[in-house]
Amino acid sequence: MIPPSLIPLPTNPEIAARVEAIELPFSRHGVDPYGIDKKELAKAYTILEWFYRKYFDITVYGADNVPPRGRAMLVGNHSGGWAIDGIMTIASMFFEKNPPRLAQGMVERFLQKVPFFAWFSNRVGQFAGLPEHCIRLLNDDRLLLVFPEGARGTAKLFRERDSLVGFGTGFVRLALQTKTPIVPFAFIGGGEAIPTVTNLYRLRKFFGVPYIPVTPYGIALPLPVSLQILYGEPIVLEGSPTDTDEVIARHVERVKERIADLIGQGRALRERQIEADELQLGGSGSGQ
Amino acid sequence: MKVLVTGIAGAIGQLVARRLVADGHEVLGLDRRPWYHPPEGVRVFQHDIRKRPAEDVFRTQRPDALIHMATVTHLTHSSQDRYRINLGGTRAVFQHCDTYGVKQAIFVGRHTYYGAGPDSPMYHTEDEPPMAVHSFPELSDLVAADLYGGSALWRYPELATAVLRICYTLGPLRQGTLASFLGNKRVPAVLGFDPLFQFIHELDAANAIVTALRNKLRGVYNVAGPPPVPLSIIVRESGRSLLPLPESILARMMGHFGLPALPRGALAHVKYPVVIDDAQFRAATGFVPEFDEDETIAAFVRGPDAGD
Repeated sequence: MIPPSLIPLPTNPEIAARVEAIELPFSRHGVDPYGIDKKELAKAYTILEWFYRKYFDITVYGADNVPPRGRAMLVGNHSGGWAIDGIMTIASMFFEKNPPRLAQGMVERFLQKVPFFAWFSNRVGQFAGLPEHCIRLLNDDRLLLVFPEGARGTAKLFRERDSLVGFGTGFVRLALQTKTPIVPFAFIGGGEAIPTVTNLYRLRKFFGVPYIPVTPYGIALPLPVSLQILYGEPIVLEGSPTDTDEVIARHVERVKERIADLIGQGRALRERQIEADELQLGGSGSGQ
Repeated sequence: MKVLVTGIAGAIGQLVARRLVADGHEVLGLDRRPWYHPPEGVRVFQHDIRKRPAEDVFRTQRPDALIHMATVTHLTHSSQDRYRINLGGTRAVFQHCDTYGVKQAIFVGRHTYYGAGPDSPMYHTEDEPPMAVHSFPELSDLVAADLYGGSALWRYPELATAVLRICYTLGPLRQGTLASFLGNKRVPAVLGFDPLFQFIHELDAANAIVTALRNKLRGVYNVAGPPPVPLSIIVRESGRSLLPLPESILARMMGHFGLPALPRGALAHVKYPVVIDDAQFRAATGFVPEFDEDETIAAFVRGPDAGD
């Protein structure tokens, strides 16, 4: 990925004004204490807007379930062969929330070694996936974006697109440690955008990535399809971060079930089995 | 209080000495380099800290406190010499503190202790292990000196020991790693990387050291100034321009074209940030840096003749 700073990309003035409304402690140079840069954000969101509004047809449900400020953890399913789910979720928090919020994802560590990528991703608030970063950002009342399926989740094939693979448990311990509400979400349609038929694992050493997704048309460029993001009511977990693995696993299962439920609703909506006003995104379904 | 400062002839050493005199302390200095015109109230002994005459200073002068700044960073120094000064010297001065009844000691270390790398977190806390040993082996003697200084906490419990890990200093004296890195009009950078740099004004660094002394700190503390700034902004604000080169080319150019001959590990510090969390030091001492990032860069640009 080429950083916007190297090529004179346009900045939409309306989007630059929206970036100004993000509630982060920017310095006189427009940089926050982590190096997040207002100018780079404006350029990035200007490009993202085209994908968000024109290329994909994205509809967001339940954005009000995300707290307007204060710490929160967006926890969802991976959908699509690479990071379009994360990128579009970040875009949804910018375009649908008022004031806009910067969702900060946790980037695969190997990408930090890639020239330009590390630079660009750090300037727009996407840092290496380290527990230290999670704890610090949450204690700073930021909005964290977590995909507990990890790289196994993006490796899902087309026929597995609405399934959930095993969840990591770290996010629950971090949420308990920092007393952070978890906002479950479902991302629907990424599997149609990037219909992975197989993953190449043998080339990973050569390209330095975990695998390479292959689509019927070869490379994994996303198709212009409709996408849905459903945010559920926040889950506040009670317990200690030092609880035993069994206790933590029950919390994980609760979050996972809630996401599976949201995926089911989203899939039904996408296939027009239900209408948008029939969605149940509130807390009544959680933990059941 | 009678305070002995090792490495007093260095840039920060002199500032610390002046600040101590202003606070009414009696200042003694040890350095193998000369300080030709020290201010009134400062007596400099020109000895090597590892040699017997240095011990004599402890024996005859009986200082109450030690500020140990006599460590070598210059990577161009032969490594054997550096090991002797940084490790042998540190061991010697702490032993003298114990033998001659010094009550308080401050080891002035560096934030590069934590090392730079793709998988090292931003805002290191004091309990983190020193990654630098692995990523930048040429720094291992400084890491070892830092840990040895910390070991005085259990080795000599009577001695109140503080280890300060201070970020890069910047200011009108133009001394230190970051200042020399910004020395030329064109600043070399690794293409595709723009790490955060954390720096503190020289006067604030000296003030932090004296603040640690005043508070009789015990333990290990990170010391930082204003929030970190991307290298590109530092370069722009200091009226310089970036010379971004692919890493392989830059590595080969080291030691030529006016670039310093730095080991490969040094490049990691131009690719990845070393950012420390100084919350514990601020909480323990109430320290607040006087100069923000813009004033610090401006003072560096104005240089030593501007009279600030």
